[in-house]
Amino acid sequence: MKPITRIHSRTAVLSDENIDTDRIIPARFLTTTTREGLGKLCFHDWRYQTDGSDNPAFPLNQPQAQGCSIVIAGRNFGCGSSREHAPWALLDYGVQAVLCSEIADIFRGNALKNGLLAIVIDELEHRWLLKHPGIELVIDVREQFIALPDGGRIPFRLEPFARHCLLNGVDQLGYLLQHSDAITHYEQQEKAA
Amino acid sequence: MSGKTLFEKVWDTHVVVPETTDTPAVLYVDLHLVHEVTSPQAFSELRERGLPLRRPDRMLATLDHSTPTLPTNADGGRPYANAEAQAQVTQLETNCREFGVELHGWDSADRGIVHVIGPELGATQPGMTIVCGDSHTSTHGAFGALAFGIGTTEVGHVMATQCLLQRKPKTMAIHVDGQLPAGISAKDLILHIIGTIGVDGGTGYVLEYRGAAIEALSMDERMTVCNMSIEAGARAGLIAPDETTFAWLKGRPRTPQGAAWDVAVATWRALRSDDGATYDREVRIDASAVKPTVTYGTHPGMAIAMDAPVPAATNAQEHRALNYMQSKPGQPMQGTPVDVVFVGSCTNSRLSDLREAANVMRGRRVANGVRMLVVPGSEAVRRDAEREGLHQVFTAAGAEWRVPGCSMCIAMNGDLAQPGQLVVSTSNRNFEGRQGKGARTVLASPATAAASALAGCIADPREYLVEVAA
Repeated sequence: MKPITRIHSRTAVLSDENIDTDRIIPARFLTTTTREGLGKLCFHDWRYQTDGSDNPAFPLNQPQAQGCSIVIAGRNFGCGSSREHAPWALLDYGVQAVLCSEIADIFRGNALKNGLLAIVIDELEHRWLLKHPGIELVIDVREQFIALPDGGRIPFRLEPFARHCLLNGVDQLGYLLQHSDAITHYEQQEKAA
Repeated sequence: MSGKTLFEKVWDTHVVVPETTDTPAVLYVDLHLVHEVTSPQAFSELRERGLPLRRPDRMLATLDHSTPTLPTNADGGRPYANAEAQAQVTQLETNCREFGVELHGWDSADRGIVHVIGPELGATQPGMTIVCGDSHTSTHGAFGALAFGIGTTEVGHVMATQCLLQRKPKTMAIHVDGQLPAGISAKDLILHIIGTIGVDGGTGYVLEYRGAAIEALSMDERMTVCNMSIEAGARAGLIAPDETTFAWLKGRPRTPQGAAWDVAVATWRALRSDDGATYDREVRIDASAVKPTVTYGTHPGMAIAMDAPVPAATNAQEHRALNYMQSKPGQPMQGTPVDVVFVGSCTNSRLSDLREAANVMRGRRVANGVRMLVVPGSEAVRRDAEREGLHQVFTAAGAEWRVPGCSMCIAMNGDLAQPGQLVVSTSNRNFEGRQGKGARTVLASPATAAASALAGCIADPREYLVEVAA
């Protein structure tokens, strides 16, 4: 994973609450055996009309949302399944950060492991961002704040290890493998018990 | 000194490296369940890095999500939804062969939905940590195991190290007092609970279901309850093991046998929350107030008694949900016309679920214009059901009796509803498009699903069970 220190983008808003992983990527596309190329399927049944053309009512299809890589989403984004296809699809579609007052546990973990900034912010600031699409934000991962155009700052808190991995591009499997001796010791004790 | 909760007892015995401010705990995994959808990229990762599986003996794989539920064609071929689905199944077969993982594939007499066969084989045991790339892994919490869904990156972590990096979650006790009324099932109860605490009420928590009404549940019913913990946002939900648990597990293939069984049971008896244990949050539910419960919106928290009026929308998301479902505020869901009925899924596809549906349907016919699918959770459930003649009850009523699999719960194998069709489903998710693009899902118990198939509209099963209630 490449290190991520900051993201600078305008925001797009998906204000619906409880946007579930089936809406992010419908289950019928999960027959893939790779991680790549899921961006075109992201939000498929919301984003496209039945004839395959873009649905103009889908917020991210609107002209002002083009090029936005920060999404302000309604509360409880990513609820539902554990499919990591959801963050894979979002990243491939061009989304680099999702800001929300509450994010589903499994989705949040999956997202951060792939370098998709799933960031929980306070309700008050969340409500304000939902009402102001298109503003320029800078997300600073190291200092854990979001800079607003007027100089204001929204603080946030990432789990320290997730933050460390994002900033340094740490391979978590590599980190776990460093604990091989402790794991072996645990297994030996378990066997003896 | 305050005592420990059941969750803390299981957690503490699996910590390989304790958590610190800067680093999560390294948590040992006892059982890793695998299916075809969320594992291929993890196997590929191991292959690319030249890593072996650390403990293939702690893995168990099956085919369930992408598999057709229709029997083989005349030429012996399987009627896959598409070539990609078939390739995914073939990929898991290849991966399991190459890496030496026990696979319950097409030729296994034990194949079935991953969360049905784990317990059936006795692979699921009290006090274990169990993971799978599947959010309904919470099902196994019914045995007093800490069981939760993980993403594919973590599937790779467990394959290579048998461990996960985890922060200790918060705990929530759900006390279910009293007794469920006659004709009310565990599915009604869990829908009622999710309707009460909300679709995100459990986010950040591990749930523990407890109280008289929980202790009175059978293992199948406890699995139904724990299965849907994730629908309240909780990754895991546990129930303390007791005599019901031990009796259910005894003699199953992967459980300890002989003297080792007695030793195991003695250990398992300690897996209860201590009297002085405290939870981060506690909720009380009155079981006697639970009615036949269904969903009316597009997430499982939008659940109400079927005879209660659908609440008016209070925000844009609820407007969208009611509009999608064509649910009418002020009117009950009971009586809503039904197009398709699905009995199956890791929530409700076990023998007792099929019996519950069959008891309603015996000697009756599915209403004209309604399509009904009954999909047993495993080959073992299918055998047992056929031995009892349940399949004949369903087929005589005009329902389709299928081969085990996830089927219409996730609708990625070709079993799906058409746009606009209303499905009464015993599965776990009523998200937009979950059972086919534009399909409308109403979650319900097997008895309610069966009654609705007969009536052609959402119906109270107790009207068909008068002799049982009397």
